[in-house]
Amino acid sequence: MVVNKERCNLCGFCAEKCPTDALTFVGKELTVKKVIQEVEKDSLFYDESKGGVTFSGGEPFMQIDFLESLLTECKARGVRTAVDTSGYAPWDAVERIAEKVDLFLYDIKAIDDAAHRKYTGVSNKRILDNFRRLAERGSDLYARFVVVPGINDDKANVLETAEFVKSCGVKQANLLPYHRAGIEKYRGLGRRYRLGTLKSPSDQKLKAIKRQFERVGLSVRVGGG
Amino acid sequence: MNSRVRKLREWSIRAKPYITPERAVLMTEFYESPLADQSSAPVRRALALKYLLEKKAIWIGHGELIVGERGPAPKAVPTYPEICCHSLNDLEILNSREKTAYTVDEETERTYRESIIPFWKGKSIRDMIFDSVSDEWKAAYEAGVFTEFLEQRAPGHTVLDNKIYSKGLLDFEKDIERSIANLDLLHDAKASEKMEELKAMKIAADALIRYAERHAEKAKELLKKERNAGRKEELKKIIDVCSRVPAYAPRDFWEALQYYWFVHLGVIIELNPWDAFNPGRLDQHLYPFYKKGLEDGTLTKEKAKELLQLLWIKFNNQPAPPKVGVTAEESNTYNDFALINTGGVKIDGSDAVNELSYLILDVVEEMRILQPSSMVQISKKTPDEFLTRALRVIKTGFGQPSVFNTDEIVQELLRQGKTVEDARDGGSSGCVETGAFGKECYILTGYFNLVKVLEITLNNGIDPRTGRKIGLATGDPKDFNNFDDLLDAFRKQLQHSIDVKIEGNNVIERLYADYLPVPFLSLMISDCIASGKDYNDGGARYNTSYIQGVGLGTLTDSLTALKYQIFDRKEISFPGLLKALRTDFDGFEKLRQRLLNKTPKYGNDDDYADEITRTIFEAYFNAVDGRPNMKGGTYRINLLPTTVHIYFGKVVGATPDGRKAGEPLSEGVSPVQGADRSGPTAVIKSVSKIDHFRTGGTLLNQKFAPDLLTDEVGVGKLSHLIRTYFRLGGHHIQFNVINAQTLRDAQRHPEKYRDLMVRVAGYSDYFVNLSVDLQNEIIRRTEHKSF
Repeated sequence: MVVNKERCNLCGFCAEKCPTDALTFVGKELTVKKVIQEVEKDSLFYDESKGGVTFSGGEPFMQIDFLESLLTECKARGVRTAVDTSGYAPWDAVERIAEKVDLFLYDIKAIDDAAHRKYTGVSNKRILDNFRRLAERGSDLYARFVVVPGINDDKANVLETAEFVKSCGVKQANLLPYHRAGIEKYRGLGRRYRLGTLKSPSDQKLKAIKRQFERVGLSVRVGGG
Repeated sequence: MNSRVRKLREWSIRAKPYITPERAVLMTEFYESPLADQSSAPVRRALALKYLLEKKAIWIGHGELIVGERGPAPKAVPTYPEICCHSLNDLEILNSREKTAYTVDEETERTYRESIIPFWKGKSIRDMIFDSVSDEWKAAYEAGVFTEFLEQRAPGHTVLDNKIYSKGLLDFEKDIERSIANLDLLHDAKASEKMEELKAMKIAADALIRYAERHAEKAKELLKKERNAGRKEELKKIIDVCSRVPAYAPRDFWEALQYYWFVHLGVIIELNPWDAFNPGRLDQHLYPFYKKGLEDGTLTKEKAKELLQLLWIKFNNQPAPPKVGVTAEESNTYNDFALINTGGVKIDGSDAVNELSYLILDVVEEMRILQPSSMVQISKKTPDEFLTRALRVIKTGFGQPSVFNTDEIVQELLRQGKTVEDARDGGSSGCVETGAFGKECYILTGYFNLVKVLEITLNNGIDPRTGRKIGLATGDPKDFNNFDDLLDAFRKQLQHSIDVKIEGNNVIERLYADYLPVPFLSLMISDCIASGKDYNDGGARYNTSYIQGVGLGTLTDSLTALKYQIFDRKEISFPGLLKALRTDFDGFEKLRQRLLNKTPKYGNDDDYADEITRTIFEAYFNAVDGRPNMKGGTYRINLLPTTVHIYFGKVVGATPDGRKAGEPLSEGVSPVQGADRSGPTAVIKSVSKIDHFRTGGTLLNQKFAPDLLTDEVGVGKLSHLIRTYFRLGGHHIQFNVINAQTLRDAQRHPEKYRDLMVRVAGYSDYFVNLSVDLQNEIIRRTEHKSF
């Protein structure tokens, strides 16, 4: 089978015909009803674990109407909801759904605006504003700090991030150590992986960062959730 | 653990199992003597036990506190020529095989050649079994449609309740006398048979009392020579204990343990019953002694722990009796399946977890030895703390304890007609088998190869491996118009093969009742004394025969593939698929990949496949459940494999799920290895769609890497997963913590490990989806963390 990626219109035929699943189609189109059906399959597990659904991405705010409908349906069924976001969305979108979200898992990638522009392509102003406003309106937030060696793990950035989180009145921070699981995905997509041979942070480094966060009075966990 | 336990444990682990001819020689001497000819079968067997226990060597190892060995020394494994007389070739295989070997020295071989084989050849129950069963049975057995549990080992599979802890064997003898006094020799045609059985029980009880006394005598001899003051005191205590139990009821924790151990030895010396013997709900039985000892200052927690650890070593000293042939393939292990139960509920239905339940988990964690196995019973009422403690032991990575759903076990027993009290007092033994402890004869009669039945169906009653006809002519599959035609044919073949199996069982169980009654085991299981009937002849209060179904996952995926690809989507033709199966997919790799990857599979919470699982379950249940057995009891099903899924896989050609000829079948109720790709919650959901309630046990295996449980959050998640499975009616779940070697195999054979989840970095992912670098990193990490 020959696949011409340049002329790909995402029809999915190649993946359907690939008998070994070496080619797979990532993502599928779903209706609100379909998603809720899938969510309900696991409702007994949420009962036991006091868990629920996390909407992540990509960036869930990219599909704000769909997200809002899903959150509404979940709330109607008593399912706990979390939204895993970069925070890069207009405040009115964030505000629209805030009432229906039990927990925001909120990335803070770099506190320095220039660094943030350099590595993500956008300013962090809106992200930090939204974070503060969500905290002020009483939303439950976990600040998630992705630790990328050599890029945002310097003492100053870590300290400033921790202090910012604390100043907003948020108590929980999660450290997400950079990992290399994306390399295979980039390869699969035929894209260049620009972090090359960058390694995950060492346990020692993670511990040091954890201590920095703890020193300002935050509760810290390494890993998601 | 203290240095005494450490030394004895080391010794027990290091010693290599070897065959001792001691029992075979003594048994032959007995059967050659006039005593054997002059009595009824039960009395003959009781006298045989008496002869063994009077003549066998007595072992009291240095530093031991709990005493008694099945053979002349630890790890010396006796044989049971009256059941299976090993040939010289069998001995050679036992001595030299790669896995589960038993050393056979020249002296043993000579004894076998000169006296054991000449006497027993043709007379063992194994010989009688193969002489008595029908040709049809033999053809199905040889084709691997089913195995036969009783061809090398005696019926057993049972567990003790609390009856020995308040009564000595002399009290049991009073019960026997009462039962004899009640015999109605005038009106009961069976009264004289019952008289013989009851006499036999008394002889057996006396024989064990005498055996204990011999240990006291041996300890006295050792005492005379002993110089060490501390050891002298210990020997005095051993003399005291062995003079007391089993004749009288135990007074303290030590006596209770020693009493059980003597009873255990009595059962496994009398014959070689499956699953050895088992104290069952040990935390419940021993708690009164533990509590009393702590209160009156005669026992400390440390002492109790030490004594329990010494009991554990005693179990480990007794490897399973040697198995050969198909029986070795279905159960290829030294483990003899004594499964210690902890937790659960009390007879009044309240939570049964106590301090000893926790102490036993401490013992399990520290001992880390093959035997005994351990399990926790978790009911709705069990505190999370206990489950969490069990998970912390599980995560250390040697597969123990397994986790059982008490509420489901109780329901299963109630459905089978047990009283509420007997159900709550029960549990699971062996692998996962449900039983009313101390009151039920529940035997496994053989594994049943569900996938082979499909193969026969697809070949119109013929076994394609041999060309022999082993089933019914249910029609050429090319003529099946729809999936229901296929299912009908499958059901007919299934019913037929089960009929063949049950017909054989009735013959075989009768042979045991007539030739090898077990008066000693019968003492221990209610209501054998009251009814004057042997355990092997329906004397127990409840009598259940199980046929254990194997290959549920493989069969589901195979039938699903046929339905989906041939009848629904019409993408593949029936003749085309049959051709691919015949050639083991040679030249049909693309088709095989389609079957593997583009077809719904059991274990993904996909109703398309899971509905078929249900259909199969119902068909199997209806073919077996409720039929009468030879003992006046009932046939039931359970779903567990031990190691037979490997053997059953060897005798089945390529299957429509894409499995190649000879590869293992799925095990227990678990999905096909690697077919579940939707995460553990989907597995739980799929597996819960069968009705565990109507089985006598199901087995679910889950794999995980030790990293998944490094923190409390991970332990909590696993605990929620278990609780949810149990709410959905699951019977049992066990966790295999994987090691680096498994991960390397997963790198080489990703298709078999699509379900293997590992902790990556603060999150989990399927191992096969990771880059080679990351896989290697995880392998290195696992090497450090697996124990």
